[in-house]
Amino acid sequence: MQRTPSPYPSPPRGEGKGEGRFGHWNFVFGIYLEFGLPARSLSLALNPENGQTHLKPTFCKQNAPAKAGIWNLGFLFLLLFILFPMGCQRSKAGITVAGSTSVEPFAELLAEEYMSRHPESHIYVQGGGSTAGIEAVITRAAHIGMSSRNLIGDENKLYTVTIAKDAIAVIVHPLNPIENLSLDQIRNAFSGKIQNWKELGGSNRPIDIVTREEGSGTRESFQKFVMRKEDINLGALVQDSNGAVRQVIATDPKAIGYISLGLVNDQVKAVTISGVEPNLRNVYNRKYTLVRPFLFVFNGEPAGAAKSFLDFVLSPPAQKLLLKEGLVPVLQEPD
Amino acid sequence: MINRTRYLTQSVAKILIWIGALSTIAMMILILFQILREGLPVLHLGFFLDSPKNMGREGGIFTTIVGTVALTAVAIIVGAPLGVGTAIFLREYTRESKTSRVIRFGTDCLAGVPSIIFGLFGFVFFVIRLNMGWSILSGGLTLAAMILPTVISTAEESIKTIPSSYREVSYSLGGTRWQTITRVVLPSALPGIFTGILLSIGRSIGETAAIILTAGSSLVMPTSLFSPSRTMSVHFYILAREGISMKMAYGTGAALILLVLMVNIIAQWLINRYIRHRT
Amino acid sequence: MAMKEKIIEKILLLTAFSSIFILGLITFFIFKEGLPLILKIGIKAFLLGEKWIPSKGLFGVFPMIVSSFWVTFGALLLGIPLGLACAIFLSELIPPSVGLLLRPAIQLLAAIPSVIYGFWGLIVLVPLIQNHFGGPGLSILAGSLVLGFMILPTIITISEDSLKALPPTYKAGALALGATHWQTIWRVLIPAARSGVVASVILGMGRAIGETMAMIMILGNAVKMPTSFLDSARTLTTNIGIEMGYASGDHRQALFATGVVLFFIIMALNTLAISLSRRRVH
Repeated sequence: MQRTPSPYPSPPRGEGKGEGRFGHWNFVFGIYLEFGLPARSLSLALNPENGQTHLKPTFCKQNAPAKAGIWNLGFLFLLLFILFPMGCQRSKAGITVAGSTSVEPFAELLAEEYMSRHPESHIYVQGGGSTAGIEAVITRAAHIGMSSRNLIGDENKLYTVTIAKDAIAVIVHPLNPIENLSLDQIRNAFSGKIQNWKELGGSNRPIDIVTREEGSGTRESFQKFVMRKEDINLGALVQDSNGAVRQVIATDPKAIGYISLGLVNDQVKAVTISGVEPNLRNVYNRKYTLVRPFLFVFNGEPAGAAKSFLDFVLSPPAQKLLLKEGLVPVLQEPD
Repeated sequence: MINRTRYLTQSVAKILIWIGALSTIAMMILILFQILREGLPVLHLGFFLDSPKNMGREGGIFTTIVGTVALTAVAIIVGAPLGVGTAIFLREYTRESKTSRVIRFGTDCLAGVPSIIFGLFGFVFFVIRLNMGWSILSGGLTLAAMILPTVISTAEESIKTIPSSYREVSYSLGGTRWQTITRVVLPSALPGIFTGILLSIGRSIGETAAIILTAGSSLVMPTSLFSPSRTMSVHFYILAREGISMKMAYGTGAALILLVLMVNIIAQWLINRYIRHRT
Repeated sequence: MAMKEKIIEKILLLTAFSSIFILGLITFFIFKEGLPLILKIGIKAFLLGEKWIPSKGLFGVFPMIVSSFWVTFGALLLGIPLGLACAIFLSELIPPSVGLLLRPAIQLLAAIPSVIYGFWGLIVLVPLIQNHFGGPGLSILAGSLVLGFMILPTIITISEDSLKALPPTYKAGALALGATHWQTIWRVLIPAARSGVVASVILGMGRAIGETMAMIMILGNAVKMPTSFLDSARTLTTNIGIEMGYASGDHRQALFATGVVLFFIIMALNTLAISLSRRRVH
């Protein structure tokens, strides 16, 4: 398509349709309203000239074919015709690991390590939560599902492998004077029965509870081990990942929350529960009981690339990596 | 005297407005400055070329840049032809009729749909129903739907500004409608259309909610259209919320701001040039 | 060939219907997933229920609706006066040369992604509110402030444009009749530009109600009905955003149902904006 040389006279000012007195302004904010509502009707409203008055010309029929421009439409349809059948296949070269956001950071580390040892492999780690991960495995949207809770009901027909154990730590701000809490105290704080830190032995400030969202494996485990029959208070702040919970606690001296032990860092403080410190040794000797399994879930027996990754995850170097990150490996005991 | 009250009111009002306006504008610019100030020092060539390591704590943001480019490319490739085609149809083939009003209504409504709804739709349609999984394709197609109204309205505006005399002369010389469109109207309207596409690119770069639900959040370098991928804005969001690394968050944020500003500044400059060209 | 022209016309017709088609698809899928649940637990129980406890099958979105409007209202409290002030400032009170610089700058601000604003809110506003007003800082107040800043460029640009689009005879006439500059602005120009200003506000509202990511970052996402500006809350959008990845079965359908409610609200705003912008004050 060549640029047509312009034998036409240049148009006198103001002849174009969009040019009212402030024609170019209408043009401009037609564009800038992409975030909002009717851009065009707004520009119509503010354009002093309304409606359409352009001529509908008659034209002679021509034999000359219109080559120019058809190619982009053809390309579009070609694209569409290619896309939809292709939608049914997916890349066979990689495996998708989806599920619990608690397991996710560790799975990502493992995947990174695995891919450095096997450069031609691709492992895509995805969050979404334990429930979503299990469902993804059922629908085969993912090859491996990650779960931070035990399977329930129908889910038990899936093949599961425990890759590590993880403790749940109850955390507070580092400057919070509280060092130890009993299970009852924690339960009452989270249910809202106790609303002020002074009732727990701290300063006179209201307690800000932070919890995970519904559907989180971490929350379910917390519910099961700590809350038992009681509900977490509806006024609790909700965050959708362990990291986000940790962030809130780290910046709010009045806050209390629960995260994966492996994610505790020096920005928060983990309290001892009835004197038992949350660490690996106490998990091993069963003194610390807020422990839940990290599971890899498969639809049927693991095979191929998925099995290869699973084998790696259960191997000593991978388990040592998990141990370093604060998880409890399933294979060995710490010294 | 009544005269003095009027002028007193005026002075007070004007002072208030000056203070209000200046402080507002200053505040808005300060928001950007805060992030740029902390983030610019983080930006160096390695930041852009390295892949993220250790979940984003170290390394750079290269894979997210690739993801952003790929997603935007898919969105434009699918969305631009559809949008320009719609604009051509509305402007050249119909008058104000039931058809055009229905189409405009659809476009207007689409422009108002919040991004989370697009995300829900993309998730249930592209990811699940069409079994594309979390992928660049799902995300790109969803994005295409989101930018469609923008492309349509800018293309329409730029076609609208082309004087009918151009078309009349073409027809009088014996051109068919399609010939007129492709040889006369479109070339003249191209700068405007291109600007609209640029603005859509700007929007795609900043989009987060819909992308997380459709393209996933994998940090690995995507290898095909079906790989999940993380875009810069998603990476920024995750870094910021999880407290993984404030430094990296600031850096990504600064890069994001600079990119969006650059795209929009170019678009604005093009608009100005285009307007000066035509008037 | 006329045949070719006809074919092209039909192809373009199909293309043109793409936006309607997509809109229809979106509506269809959102409703398909969400409506069954609303019907299952009853419209009243869903819209007016105050408890959102998916694990128990309780899906009341009333707190979310209230929060959405509350946060938006707060944002407008900030956005309308300041936006109007800036619009007046830009159109009347500054020399045109400065305006040439400022106006594009403000338009650029409209393009900044919302996560950036959310991040700023998280880093600056939340600790500020925590230290000076109490509470966790993650609150409706923080959300309103951030949203206010997000919609300001929209309100400013459109209001200013509608002020500029007024015929100069209005201003000239008012001044000629002896009004002061301010009286002209306040009593003549702004009322005349009323429809544009209102439209900008509605557009801002639309953007505010639809905002998700920044709100997840700074609102705190508690499911309880908020009772003060300092309470943490959850809007319709953040309800979907925060639980979407984890939900299945009824829970997921309930999130789509939340989407249905959101859809209706946005469509109502849309129609309001369209009808308002069609009527002009001249």
